Amino acid sequence: MRWSFAAVFFLAFLVPSACAQSNSECLTCHGQQSLTDAAGHSVYVNGDKQKTSVHGTLPCTACHTEIKGYPHPAHPAAVNCSSCHADEAKDVSVSIHAKASATPCLACHGNPHTIVPVKDPQSPVYALNIPKTCGSCHSNPEMARKYGLPNVYSMYMDSIHGFALTQDGLLVAASCTSCHGTHKILSHTNPESRTYRANIPATCGTCHAGPEREYFAGIHGQLVKSGDLDAPVCSDCHTAHHIASVQTASWQEQTSATCGGCHKERYATYLDTFHAQVSALGYVETAHCWNCHRYHDILPASDPHSSVARANLVATCGQCHQGATVSFVSFHPHADPRDPKSFPALHFAAIFMDLLLLGVFGFFGLHTILWFIRSAFDRRKGGGAPPERGA
Amino acid sequence: MNPTDSSDRALQAEPAAVVAQPSYYSRFSLGQRYLHGVIMATFIGLALTGMVLRFSHSGWADGLALAVGGFSAILFWHKFCAVIMTIAFLIHLGDVGYRGIFKGQHGILWGPNSMVPRLKDIQDLYGHFRWFLWLGPRPEFDRYAYWEKFDYWAVFWGMGIIGISGYAMWFAPFFARVIPGSWLNIALLIHGEEALLAVWFIFAIHFFNTHLRPGSFPMDLVIFTGRMTEEELKEKHPAEYHRLVETGRLQAFLAPAPQRWLKNFGRVVGTVVVLSGFVLLVLTLFTYFRGS
Repeated sequence: MRWSFAAVFFLAFLVPSACAQSNSECLTCHGQQSLTDAAGHSVYVNGDKQKTSVHGTLPCTACHTEIKGYPHPAHPAAVNCSSCHADEAKDVSVSIHAKASATPCLACHGNPHTIVPVKDPQSPVYALNIPKTCGSCHSNPEMARKYGLPNVYSMYMDSIHGFALTQDGLLVAASCTSCHGTHKILSHTNPESRTYRANIPATCGTCHAGPEREYFAGIHGQLVKSGDLDAPVCSDCHTAHHIASVQTASWQEQTSATCGGCHKERYATYLDTFHAQVSALGYVETAHCWNCHRYHDILPASDPHSSVARANLVATCGQCHQGATVSFVSFHPHADPRDPKSFPALHFAAIFMDLLLLGVFGFFGLHTILWFIRSAFDRRKGGGAPPERGA
Repeated sequence: MNPTDSSDRALQAEPAAVVAQPSYYSRFSLGQRYLHGVIMATFIGLALTGMVLRFSHSGWADGLALAVGGFSAILFWHKFCAVIMTIAFLIHLGDVGYRGIFKGQHGILWGPNSMVPRLKDIQDLYGHFRWFLWLGPRPEFDRYAYWEKFDYWAVFWGMGIIGISGYAMWFAPFFARVIPGSWLNIALLIHGEEALLAVWFIFAIHFFNTHLRPGSFPMDLVIFTGRMTEEELKEKHPAEYHRLVETGRLQAFLAPAPQRWLKNFGRVVGTVVVLSGFVLLVLTLFTYFRGS
């Protein structure tokens, strides 16, 4: 008590007397925890916390501009943050959150009287706190249903970004705002949005500069650059929120199916091969699409720089198959026995094997059935159980 | 293939069976039984591991692979069994070649005791079908009936196709020096299809023909004990029986009754193999036809 009196005394001399006077005057009433408005809402302000907040040097009336003295109007107008934070307010006003809340600033920044700097670990918008802050709305199933949003919070928390942030406390790990921006969050359908398809590579590239450069060197990036938005962007393969570490076996195992989502025919022929067979048994060292085609800088075989261009096949296959030769790489990893034009020998081998199976089982199937009927009939007629054979 | 080798003579040396017991006659030598045992064990191993690879996208294959230690274990046992089977096959080839050519036992290569097909096999097949349809008498089969010869030669065909294509894929870069790499596409295809043929044939047709058909059900233990009763010899191989009686050589094949442990051993091993074969048959048939 003695200390606070001294502090008030000290402040009274240091800051312009009108302000100090004003705040302490306001706190005479608003410093009481039990104080409520007519509707019963608390109008208590923690004076100590307000003083140490980022706005601590400001008088109450800097924000509550309508109030000139006491008594003040029973229902003063809402505080307008934009009078100081004009740029941020303008961004929020065009963002998807503009109509999400009557007090959009407070929804993220918290209690206006205790706002601390963004770098303060207590701040709800401190890097490590952002997922939780956004998650306060975006993990709400009701809200997800209302706006048709996936439950992104739990996805993010299980992602490599979420783990890095929450478990390792990596301040540079991507959180919600790293991709979506802060005040000017726009719908992904808006071409200006950081999460609009065409902008996603640049957004991810803010941190992942290397992959971004490789991606735009590859066919997918070139297509996106030329305006073909059907071509895959980062999130099509890596997902948007549930991004897994590419080092994990579980992720590598399902990469081929991911490529197969678009490259259906190629995927079907891949599934016929030994590579896919052993991959299905959990052998991740085998060839997935990306082992041969690479991942970010994928190029069509017709491009001489492609890893699957004819001239580069010995090197590409040789990554796993030591001693690969020009003859060896004439093996076709996407051979289709149903295609007589491209693979005549394989096609006829397949027909031959089908006929062989059909012939053998047709003949011996009939043989077996007839034999069974005839001998069963004979046994019954003969009567009695047959003696044990070979003994 | 040749009934009169050393182990048979060892069997003859023992005193004849107790009076109340039926007479037993030697059919397979110890060497032949061991050969069948090795081929059977490695075939089961190859079939299990191979079908897991062939149908790797099915749930049961994943479970089986996990049970034996994942893909690496699957491929290890597949190659292990393949090598053992190849060695057994080559030993058999060497044995047949040595006895048939160098020692001049031409009965191995031609005649009623040979596995080499004869005109009688075609006649027996025709006659058998006539008997199936109540159109004629049951043919008098000789020492090796036509379906037994088919089973035998199927191993040669299988070893040729599956074995060579398998080794080609195992040592792919090496084989690619001799053959074009694109042939490895064909190798993979026929390896899988031919294996399917072999597995289904053994687990459905061979098991029925030898063990499950009325007359042999539930199990023919001759491949384990090496001997069969006189009644059985008469019924299953009448031509051989009559020939042996006429030439007075039947007594040379007389063998003591098989020991109880040997019969029980045959019953246990046979049951395990037939049952696991049947399970694999059902799983692969189900996956094959549901998938296509």
